[in-house]
Amino acid sequence: MPEQIKRLGLVIVIAIIAMVGLRSLFIPETFYEYGHYRGESLEDEAAYPARYAGHEACGDCHEAHREVINSSYHRNLNCEVCHGPGQEHIELGGDNKMPAPRERGYCLLCHSYLVSRPTGFPQVDPQLHNPGKLCFECHDAHDPRPPHSPTECRGCHRAIDSMKAVSLHAKLSCETCHRVDPKHKVDPRGNLPSKLMTQEVCVRCHAGPEGKAKGLPQIKSDTHGEMYLCWECHLPHYPQGE
Amino acid sequence: MVKKLDRRKFIERLLRMMPSCVLPLGLGLSTACRASAGKKNEGGSYYGMGVDVKKCIGCGRCVDACKNENNVSRQPFFFRTWIERYVIRRDGKVSVESPNGGIDGFPPLKERQGIMRSFFVPKLCNQCDKAPCVQVCPVGATYLSPEGIVLMDKDYCIGCRYCIQACPYGARYMHPKLRVADKCTFCYHRLKKGLRPVCVEVCPSQARVIGNINKVSSPLTRFRRINEIHLLKAGLNTEPKVYYAHLDGVVT
Repeated sequence: MPEQIKRLGLVIVIAIIAMVGLRSLFIPETFYEYGHYRGESLEDEAAYPARYAGHEACGDCHEAHREVINSSYHRNLNCEVCHGPGQEHIELGGDNKMPAPRERGYCLLCHSYLVSRPTGFPQVDPQLHNPGKLCFECHDAHDPRPPHSPTECRGCHRAIDSMKAVSLHAKLSCETCHRVDPKHKVDPRGNLPSKLMTQEVCVRCHAGPEGKAKGLPQIKSDTHGEMYLCWECHLPHYPQGE
Repeated sequence: MVKKLDRRKFIERLLRMMPSCVLPLGLGLSTACRASAGKKNEGGSYYGMGVDVKKCIGCGRCVDACKNENNVSRQPFFFRTWIERYVIRRDGKVSVESPNGGIDGFPPLKERQGIMRSFFVPKLCNQCDKAPCVQVCPVGATYLSPEGIVLMDKDYCIGCRYCIQACPYGARYMHPKLRVADKCTFCYHRLKKGLRPVCVEVCPSQARVIGNINKVSSPLTRFRRINEIHLLKAGLNTEPKVYYAHLDGVVT
């Protein structure tokens, strides 16, 4: 074999050994354990300490609070939402004090009125609902039921009430059209008031001798929109609107 | 000299060649079938998250808790999860906003007229089965863990930001201190300790659900069964594992 081939072979062999050596030096041991990544990094990630202790931890010491909160509207609310992460508090045996937000703004993060919030979620307009007063003066955060149930419809349906008050229907009471179960004031969504399902109530004034005598707008009930309910086209809370 | 090829020989050779053409096709089909059928991480957990858009009240507690738990910078622009507010107007115009990720709540909308619909959408890493960020990582620092969670190796990331560019959901960010491309881990460290991810834990209206896709009795399986499920950017075939319920068609 010629001399130059021998030398070239030697160089190639040294290069291969160097490559293999460097490769094992640079690629971590656990790299292909599960896939194209460092298997050890799964353990690193799992070893990261948790700061939030979870919804079950607090009740172990604060039993009285757990009982109150479990029967309240806030039963699904984790203590740590308001009081902050609690793992450190548990590890210190309760030596560090947990924050308890007392300002209005904190409750309003969830309860201020926004169009974007889902219907039925309890919301207040911060400018109209006892401005300047702190929430906990009337509502216990652990059992946030209202201090007294509202007596009038206006208490909750302020927007509808103020619209109706300046409309042609101002003199009609809500009960003219809606049948309201007394329980609606305690459990609003469990006992929804009725809506008009026939034309009957509207027709009484707007297509009959009674209303004609008072000079109210009249329709011919047998030809006018017979297939529809009146409120599908006209807004009873503000009938003169579009 | 050119060899003469008569008709008999031509047909004979053609028939002989055929099986070798069909072979790769069959192989491809069989691997495709295996990929789509069967459970992933058989016998173990394979995590996914359900988000009910109808329940989200936009309070931003998940964003706040996530930053506390995972040591995410408190400055705006750094989020593992964030909330978007969609406003659809009567004229069909859609606007999306997320002031500081929703961490301080949302201001009331100024206009009173002309709004057709408005709602909140919580967003986070979709933990794709075919994650573009994993595909582009040049060093193997980001990967799909056996539990189906896209994780990143903080010690191995070189900070090249390819993954940030590749993610169609904008879910990754450059950690300002560590200089690595950080992301949501579904709180992997909490799942391993038997706890739920912190955003699920603190959500006041239970808009988020975490669960094992492999298990028949997991909260997520129930969520996917009783709701009509939408995926974000499903057309990109990233196979995301964050399942949205009651999602409006305008959300991308």
